Formats: sequence, C-alpha cells, structure tokens
Amino acid sequence: MNIVIVGCGRVGATLASQLSKRGENVTIIDQDDDSFRRLEPDFQGQTQLGDGTDIDVLRRSGLAAADVFIAVTNGDNRNIMAAQIAQIIFNIPTVVCRIYDPKREEIYRKLGLTIISPTTIGAGAILEKLDEKTRQNVAQARR
Amino acid sequence: MDTDTESEAMYIVIGGGGQVGYYLAKELIKQGHDVVLLDKDARRVKQLKEELGPSVVIRGDACEVRNLEEIGCGNAKMVIAVTGDDEDNLVICQIAKKHFNVPRTIARVNNPLNVRLFKKLDIDMTVSPTNAILSMIETQIPHYSLIHLAELHRAGLGLVEVVVPSESAISGRTIRSLDLPITVNLALIIRGDEKITPQGDTVIQSDDHIFALATNEGEAALRAIILGEEDSEEPDDTEGE
Repeated sequence: MNIVIVGCGRVGATLASQLSKRGENVTIIDQDDDSFRRLEPDFQGQTQLGDGTDIDVLRRSGLAAADVFIAVTNGDNRNIMAAQIAQIIFNIPTVVCRIYDPKREEIYRKLGLTIISPTTIGAGAILEKLDEKTRQNVAQARR
Repeated sequence: MDTDTESEAMYIVIGGGGQVGYYLAKELIKQGHDVVLLDKDARRVKQLKEELGPSVVIRGDACEVRNLEEIGCGNAKMVIAVTGDDEDNLVICQIAKKHFNVPRTIARVNNPLNVRLFKKLDIDMTVSPTNAILSMIETQIPHYSLIHLAELHRAGLGLVEVVVPSESAISGRTIRSLDLPITVNLALIIRGDEKITPQGDTVIQSDDHIFALATNEGEAALRAIILGEEDSEEPDDTEGE
C-alpha cells in the first residue's frame, strides 16, 4: 500500500516507522526538517519537507497514487484541512484524521471523516481504569 | 427559500481581528449591521475593543464551538473568516455552516490553490487577495511602485508593490524573520515568471516584486524594512534591542 502521513511528531513518526517495517510504502511530510529525526533509523520510506496543507506539496509527495492518507500534525484545523484535501481533491479511499477537540470531532465525523480523538480515547481509557478499580475495591470490601 | 433581505440589518460574525477583520467590522457597523468579532490574541482584542467598542470584540477562538455558542452564532446571517490561516478560515466556515446552520459563509483564502477546495466544501464565497492582484496584473496595470485599489483604499488599506533592491539587507531572509507589523499583509511575490504565495518560511530574494495590503503606517514600516529607509514614526512595540 502507498501511505502518505502528514506530521512527523511522536505519533506520525511511530506510525511511519511501524508501517514501513510492515513493508508498506510510506511517505511522511513535515514542515520541520528536524522532526524526521524521530523516525527509526531503519525507516525505509520517503520524507518530504513542506506544508502538509499545501496542495502542491501533497501532490509532490505522491498523494495522487496513495491508498491511505493520515493527518497527524499538532493542529486540529491543519489535520481537518489536509484530510479534506486528500478526500475531495485527491479522492483517497482511506483518510484518517486526528482531532483533539471533541466538539470538532463530532462535527467532522458527521461530515464523513474518519477521526481519531486522543482526548476522547484518553479520557475514556482513564474512566474505564477508574471503574475497574472501583469494582475491585468494592469486591475486596465485600470479601 | 432564503429571503433576500440585504438592506436589513444582519447579525454578522467575523473570525479574525487582523487589518481585514478590523476594517470589515468597522464598515459593516457603519452600514448598520450587528457585528461581533472574535480574535484569539488578548492584546489585539484590547486594541480592537477600544476602536470598535467593548461589546463588538470578544476574545476567543472562532473555531471553538463553545465560543460561537456564547455569541449566539446560530442567529448569525453571515459568518466571515478572515484570519491569516486558511485552515482556520475553512474550519470556522464549516462549523458555522454545518453546526450552526448559518446561511452565508465567506472565507479569506490566502493560498489560491485552496479556492477550489473551499468551494467544493460549500463555503459560499471565497476572497483571495493573491488572485485579485494576479488578475490586476494580468489586465496589464502598469507597474507603479505603489498601487492603490479604490475599494481597499476606502477601507483604509492600500495595495502596495515593492521591488526588493539588489543589495537589500532582507534578501536571503525568511518572511517570518522580518517581524512585519500587523498593519502589513503580504499577499503575493512575483519572482521572474513565478507566482509565490508568501508564507512564513518563504525566503525573500532581490528583484522580488512584493505585493502587500497595508495601512499608511504599515506602508511606511514596509518601506523601512525592505528598502532600508529609516522612517519609524510608528511606536515600536518590539522588545528593546
């Protein structure tokens, strides 16, 4: 699969390295040259320096031939715009977008984007842990 | 169907309090409309409150649903997004349209390539300074060192063209490093046959033709920075050197 990732932060770099290890053809885009240092030394894919919300930069990254597009920059709005460019201008079949703001997550999910929200997921996971602990404590108290 | 009540006062929300947002708000208020302007920057908001009135300007990110709820965005007839970032303008308009059912959304588009995207995403109207200037150049307006567009001029803004001299101190520097005042909005750079959308990391070269929207003070500051002419009547609010 051809995969284009925008944003080489912790998540982007980890994802790129893992997908590359699986044998996928990965191109990762970031505005900051330094950020590519986060990639594993054995990363086999391509790096592209530039603004991941710029249609020209995305085209140069080979987005037209991509099967998957992933937007994981630090800005919700940048991710939203990049994802919509991939979906609407380049017709990429699978587009995944990270949005921190739960409100924006809700709105754009309704508009048909596939969204991962670390806020919702993180809060949910913590609540689940708390519930688990409470159940354990109650069970212990009963014993 | 949408009843056309252009002459009646409308509730209009503006996102982004740069020069464009400010003059737009001022003009729309003068026309009798009910305007609220949102800007993220506390200092800018303080300035704008003094100019436009405390109830007109609200500090807040216009991309946040809660902020838009607080100002009753659902009652707005029009939302205009004029921040310097295309992604923010897009999201402001989409949230207004899809979440608050605002009938008309207008976005400033800095990168002309995005015009098509915005239109496909149902933004009602886009305004691209770059395209406006390009079409002027294409209709062969002679190259003066200073060009003023009438309608921009009425808003207190001039359209300026400056050619970077061959020995300018700024050639080789990025736009970000120039620390241009907020009163100057770079819109386009023409380098030979190339049309460049100015961005923070764009590197200026000599003989670049720089087009900018600027107030009078902005124009003076731009001249000082690019042509190296010392002309600093403007109170400088950068930290002491």
